[in-house]
Amino acid sequence: MRLDIRWPIGLMFAILGALLAVYGGVTLGQPGTAPGGVPINLYWGLVMLAFGLLMLAGATKGRKKG
Amino acid sequence: MTHITSLHWIDYTVMLVYFGFVLGIGVALKRYVVNSSDFFLSGRSLPAWVTGLAFISANLGAQEVIGMGASGAKYGIATSHFYWVGAIPAMVFVGVLMMPFYYGSRARSVPEYLKLRFDEKTRGFNAISFATMTVFSSGVSLYAMGKLLNLLVGWSFGTSILIAAGIVLFYTFMGGLGSAIYNEVLQFFLIVFGFAPLVFLGLRDVGGWSGLQDRLAWVANANGFADGAYTRSWAYMGNAAANPVGVEWFGLVMGLGFVLSFGYWCTDFLVVQRAMAANSMSAARRTPLIAAVPKMLMPFLVILPGMLALVVGQEAPKPRNDVAATPAAAVATRVEHVAQTSAPAYGQRLAANGSQTAIIEHSRGIIPPKIDPATGEPQRDNRGRLVLDYDLATPMMLVKFFPAGLLGLGLTALLASFMSGMAGNVTAFNTVWTYDIYQSYIRPGRSDDHYLRMGRIATVFGIAISLAAAYAAASFNNIMELLQLVFAFVNAPLFATFALGMFWKRATGHGAFTGLLSGTLAAGIHHGLTLPAGAHAGIKGGYFGVVQTFPSELAQTFWTAIAAFTTCFVVTIAVSLMTRARSDEEMKGLVYSLTPIQKDTDEPWHRRPAALGAVVLVAALALNLLFW
Repeated sequence: MRLDIRWPIGLMFAILGALLAVYGGVTLGQPGTAPGGVPINLYWGLVMLAFGLLMLAGATKGRKKG
Repeated sequence: MTHITSLHWIDYTVMLVYFGFVLGIGVALKRYVVNSSDFFLSGRSLPAWVTGLAFISANLGAQEVIGMGASGAKYGIATSHFYWVGAIPAMVFVGVLMMPFYYGSRARSVPEYLKLRFDEKTRGFNAISFATMTVFSSGVSLYAMGKLLNLLVGWSFGTSILIAAGIVLFYTFMGGLGSAIYNEVLQFFLIVFGFAPLVFLGLRDVGGWSGLQDRLAWVANANGFADGAYTRSWAYMGNAAANPVGVEWFGLVMGLGFVLSFGYWCTDFLVVQRAMAANSMSAARRTPLIAAVPKMLMPFLVILPGMLALVVGQEAPKPRNDVAATPAAAVATRVEHVAQTSAPAYGQRLAANGSQTAIIEHSRGIIPPKIDPATGEPQRDNRGRLVLDYDLATPMMLVKFFPAGLLGLGLTALLASFMSGMAGNVTAFNTVWTYDIYQSYIRPGRSDDHYLRMGRIATVFGIAISLAAAYAAASFNNIMELLQLVFAFVNAPLFATFALGMFWKRATGHGAFTGLLSGTLAAGIHHGLTLPAGAHAGIKGGYFGVVQTFPSELAQTFWTAIAAFTTCFVVTIAVSLMTRARSDEEMKGLVYSLTPIQKDTDEPWHRRPAALGAVVLVAALALNLLFW
């Protein structure tokens, strides 16, 4: 299969992560956005963004090698 | 229409991004599908880590995410037996010992292996029962999804199942198995990222694992068990009455750990097909072993939310000695406590139905009781105890903990699990239908193009039957138990057939076929003569009269499986010895003693199936000991 699966995975998580992080940042401090005091949208968005970028980096490296 | 929560634009955006990607993968992979092998076997071109994650993800359907959460709430950490006992050893076995025959023979499917090794009738029996089971399973899955989304966010049942089925249809129709596998890998990561924050927030709420232990000790006492019954996996397995699973260790290890688990992981084409799509024999053998690593960590992701649902959102329990001298007192205190402290959104929803007080009083943690659709009142079993709607344990956790945004992610993860399970069934179905039924019995000898077209048509009618089954599906308290029951009848005898076929060259086609039939029959008879405690005769068993009562439905299922396996094993041997075996020449590459042993000593250790398998087994053992 010639499509490196890390492209769609990386892209999707980068987009979803950025979306959640920005939304979390904008709604920071609003009631009902931080269960147990954790601004979870912001934090988890950033984690997903990092994962997405990692996958994209892997795919880029793979393309150079291949 | 009343429902538990509602979604914001951000939740819909997350969902739409996901839909865009799964559909996009189907479009992107369509151009790689030229012949039927591309469509059904993904051209045998995928690396081991991709097939490995797809192997786990195809199994990570709704039954897993919702069902294991439900079992977590019902049985506690003992549910991990479905993984550390009921999956890992079998996954190692299929990778190390059986994959050489599946991948190495000319078979394109598991039923086709049976045809090569035994005969046409054995293949036909397996192919037809398997094809039926896959469309039925994906129908049950769709039904559960439609019902759940309707309850959670108020979407219409018909619309939700049509959209989900439509998306799965689109990408499997376009890109075949390759597209299904790519999406399964994507879905795997989405499920992990969608549920991990749930576990984090839930554990934080109850004060970590030790806080969860304390609170579940209280639940255990209230149900008449010792403190650790919900948080220790083996300690109370000596006696079926001492643990919430209602099974003793022998039934568990033999029924689940051996018969059901090996029957599923080693012979079910749904998972084996993923390994058969790998790009080499070595990658095929490593597929289940790579899958075993996330599989053994899955309990933390899918079982913990269910356990947490029993106890979150409440104050820490008082020291046990002044709460409850007797279980009855504990229940009384607890009901009052729940009524005061727990105000789940579900309660608000039911206010509209006028029975809010009853619901809140009878909820356990945030798990509501099942509601009788006719009366609107909570259901009770024949001992007068409330029947909780355990399938709502994980979804209620999502609603409780996730704010807008993350809720969209969580629901998308749930949708992803439904879709990956469904696509797994659909791709296995279209292959078995086309190769093992259509090409074998209906239209043999046509062009490859013809079969590729038939594969696509089969994808459409497979999904259509699933939709019909979804509309017809009856309601069960726990989806997993229903599927275990189906496995018990059809799959339980299967492992005996495959084990004898692969490792005993004297086994014959007549032996295998008679064995399979009598094994399935034995399962039906055993189930018909036994009943779980508290159940009425009927779908739960006892339809031939009750000879034995089991402490729980799972115990009955495990013993039914043991009966089926043993019958099949004995009958296959007996009939084989009475019939003529095939020549050694015909069985080369199909039987262990007639196949050259795979040499992998020149590979680094982490690419050697045997070494990897040993590491996986030691890790699974360590997890068993950790939660002993």
